[in-house]
Amino acid sequence: MLSLQSTKERPYKVIVAKLGLDGHDRGAKVIARALKDAGFEVVYTGIRQSPEQVARAAVEEDADVIGVSILSGAHIHHVKALIEKLRELGAEDIPVVVGGTIPVVDVEELKKMGVRAVFLPGESLRKIIDLVRRLAEEKRSTGAKG
Amino acid sequence: MSSDLRTLFSEALSGNLRAIGRLLTALENPYEVPPEVFDEIMARAGRAHVIGVTGIPGAGKSTIISRLIREYRRQGLRVAVIAIDPSSPLSGGALLGDRLRMQEDSKDSGTFIRSVSTRGLKGGLSLAALAMVEAFDALGYDKVIVETVGVGQAEVDVMSAVHTVVVVTMPGVGDEIQALKAGVMEIGDIYVLNKSDLPDAQKAYEYLSFALDKGELGVQDSQWRPRLVRTSAVMGQGMSDLVNAIEEHRDYLLKDSKFTAKLASRRITLVRLMAERLLAKGVEEAMSRLEGRIAENALKSKGLLGIVRDLAKEACSEALSP
Amino acid sequence: MGELFKDDEVKKIEEAVKRWEQETLPQWLQRVPERQEEFTTLSDIPIKRVYTPSDIKGFDYMERLGMPGEYPFTRGIHATMYRARLWTMRMFSGYGGPEETNRRLKFLIEHGETGLSLAFDYPTLVGVDPDDPMAEGEVGIVGVSVPTVVDMEIIFDGIDMGKVTTNMTINPPAPVLLSFYVAVAEKQGVPYSQIGGTTQNDPLKEFIAQKSYVFPPEPAVKVAMDLIEWSVKNLPQWNPISISGYHIREAGSTAVQELAFTLADGIEYVRQLKARGLDVDEFAPRLSFFFDAHINFFEEIAKFRAARRMWAKIMREWFGAKKPRSWWLRFHTQTAGVSLTAQQPWNNIVRTAIEALAAVLGGTQSLHTNSFDEPFRVPSEFAAKIALRTQQIIAYETGVADTIDPLAGSYYVEWLTDEMEERAWKYIDKIEQMGGMLEAVKKGFPQREVADAAYKFQKDVEEGRRFIVGVNIFTENEVEDVRKVPLLEFDQEEIERRQKQRIAQIRASRDAERWKRSLDELRKAAERGDNIMPYVLQAVKAYATLGEIMGALKEVYGVYVEPPIY
Repeated sequence: MLSLQSTKERPYKVIVAKLGLDGHDRGAKVIARALKDAGFEVVYTGIRQSPEQVARAAVEEDADVIGVSILSGAHIHHVKALIEKLRELGAEDIPVVVGGTIPVVDVEELKKMGVRAVFLPGESLRKIIDLVRRLAEEKRSTGAKG
Repeated sequence: MSSDLRTLFSEALSGNLRAIGRLLTALENPYEVPPEVFDEIMARAGRAHVIGVTGIPGAGKSTIISRLIREYRRQGLRVAVIAIDPSSPLSGGALLGDRLRMQEDSKDSGTFIRSVSTRGLKGGLSLAALAMVEAFDALGYDKVIVETVGVGQAEVDVMSAVHTVVVVTMPGVGDEIQALKAGVMEIGDIYVLNKSDLPDAQKAYEYLSFALDKGELGVQDSQWRPRLVRTSAVMGQGMSDLVNAIEEHRDYLLKDSKFTAKLASRRITLVRLMAERLLAKGVEEAMSRLEGRIAENALKSKGLLGIVRDLAKEACSEALSP
Repeated sequence: MGELFKDDEVKKIEEAVKRWEQETLPQWLQRVPERQEEFTTLSDIPIKRVYTPSDIKGFDYMERLGMPGEYPFTRGIHATMYRARLWTMRMFSGYGGPEETNRRLKFLIEHGETGLSLAFDYPTLVGVDPDDPMAEGEVGIVGVSVPTVVDMEIIFDGIDMGKVTTNMTINPPAPVLLSFYVAVAEKQGVPYSQIGGTTQNDPLKEFIAQKSYVFPPEPAVKVAMDLIEWSVKNLPQWNPISISGYHIREAGSTAVQELAFTLADGIEYVRQLKARGLDVDEFAPRLSFFFDAHINFFEEIAKFRAARRMWAKIMREWFGAKKPRSWWLRFHTQTAGVSLTAQQPWNNIVRTAIEALAAVLGGTQSLHTNSFDEPFRVPSEFAAKIALRTQQIIAYETGVADTIDPLAGSYYVEWLTDEMEERAWKYIDKIEQMGGMLEAVKKGFPQREVADAAYKFQKDVEEGRRFIVGVNIFTENEVEDVRKVPLLEFDQEEIERRQKQRIAQIRASRDAERWKRSLDELRKAAERGDNIMPYVLQAVKAYATLGEIMGALKEVYGVYVEPPIY
């Protein structure tokens, strides 16, 4: 039987979301565009998303990675809620990465919550894309076994 | 969460959103689906009213759809949306932004929005979209809305599978009729003049109305006069008119079993697309096998037609091998 | 024509340059090639190796520059500028609840700031109360929470509102915040004629960049114009609008785009106000602007000078304003937040200083300098003080404020000023052809330009065409160093609780009848298309909250959802 499944036909799907009331979307848009240029399918949710909305989007789109951008300082609160919601929907296997204005001490707290990577301002796009790709690969390969 | 498709399907049937999401992913490539599961999906499907929404860019399709979602939910109907977004032919990547405009109530489990990109694969998109339509239908969604863009073959294939084609336009596009004389937009069942709070709206309305009456635009069916509805989705105006028009069309289809005829045509398209896909892959495999011979004959400038037949035979057997 | 340089002199110079390029230059280039293939400003304007009078031949001093305080104001809007009065040192500040902000304002005043500027938290910025579900986790973080007039009163406890001017960075809810301010000043006994300050109140740039929008474009503009009209008639010292380029620049635009889009926004607002029957000289003197001071030093200075000259022309030639004050471009500047790095954050002190210097050499009326810890959090007292001192050192030690527009006559700076003006006019022409900025925004034009410029800049940094110390050059592995940055600490949850408590108390103790009536009248006025300001003020005095007032307006005007533009 022909192998009709290849990742070329099914690119990695990434949610890029802005959680909370923060409207600074420059970074989120640049990353969304860079990911698209790198061959990803990017679902950009826009600004003012609640954790429920982002979790729902990730589940409905069957996303491989969720990228969250927050520059309002409310990252701990919102990301915690997002991870809760993902768990409720049975989607804790979807890796979450976060970027924004985040004090270094909060980086650790986020990682303890289960965030797989935290990007500070100035992070290289290439590094972000490589990491997102690795996380997506990992998620799909573990999914296939389950 | 089991990835075994049978289990996935039954979890999806019980309303598990994650399972539905993963089932849809599997259906993006219907060959991934075991035939029995596929058959079961088909068996359960057939009830949903499939609505295609197309139109000119910027006319407000997504906003209209978000309003429709709200209206239908108010009536207690379950709504699924397939938002087809174009992808970049160069990178294969895509930016799927339509769902941004269709903000569903995240606490309401009676809606489901899924984005699909074109991925540059001929037939790939339409196949995925049609398979998803079947799945949503089987899962009991009452309304399945398919939002498309573009005027290519893919869109024609997708739209052939819907029951009601809604074409959205707006005032101020120059010649409103010319703007719609392309692809599926020419043969809509319902036309929506959105953003009708704009200054040229009255003129545009009259112009379009005239064109529909004359039969210059709209589906040519002696029994259905295409409707023209005025809306201002952002202001929430005209939506009940649109909902009514869509229902009228559905009622019309239910008479004379046109509704099931549409179901049949959608499956016929599905079969065709799957067959084409299968054979296309077969040709690809066969090409690599016969490349040497083809190159030889190409330079010898003879025997090409013979090779084509051999290729076709090879392709078929490739396609049909277990 | 009064050209500065004689034709034959310029010719001699051009010949000298040619000879220099042929005889002197090559050996230098051979020995040590230049650092880059091409040097460009952040707007991609190519920068020549050296500028001479031939680059500005035909330069007419009186036409292009004139004297300070006279048309076209290139050298400054006042005849004495900083020799008489230094720019206002106005530090953007606010966090937590009104109590915390009151303390911070007093701290800054004590240390020499000469104007106030309030930063509001996100719920306030988008018009929701602290107990709204959308506000959860956001109360008091990026600014102060001000959902009621009582909060405003606490902020100004012990501060004489008749003796200070206050900028309020607030957009869709500007009518509410202005009403809070006016009501509290009234209570302090300050007459309307002495209430001074600014409301940002610039909706167009919200859609382009800052994104704290609430209503869709048309009603948003209508509400902003209502405020301006009311303010012009009632508050002679108030700047009802701060037409902003800062946010557009921070969102990724180039300096030329910042210049062009800001002025184009201004043009749209002037038209809107004229359409209401206002005489241009009635409101123009009260329009103010807000620019970014970014890191490419000379480009920023050229930008400010070009801005003054262009606006003077627009007001006098296009709109026929007669009062010289109507031709003035008065502006506040903030150093570029986006230029600050999380890596080696102490370096940000240097960046801010250089940017502040550019703003001063560019003739700003008012200046905010960023704190070095901005990439992590709202500033600590320690960091804010250094930022303020930066301005004071520039003002009192460097001598740059002792003469007016000292860079005038520099061949490079004059050439660059002209070049930026020319490029900005091209954008403005394009926007005019689209039907003005409101239309352009609805079409998504400036949004796309900004997104493209942001993307290009990022690629330039990634691919080593633009340099950022600590980010792509001279990088260090310095997580420990960053940890040493002493950040502002406050208990956000406690503040949120406190704010919720206060608002509950206010709701419970107000005159319910009077409150309900005021909201009904506001809603009806909005439906009728009347100027909503008097009704907002009335509701504020009936102790309606920010969220309640905005909620009533949302019912009438609707809510904006942004189309996806990358």
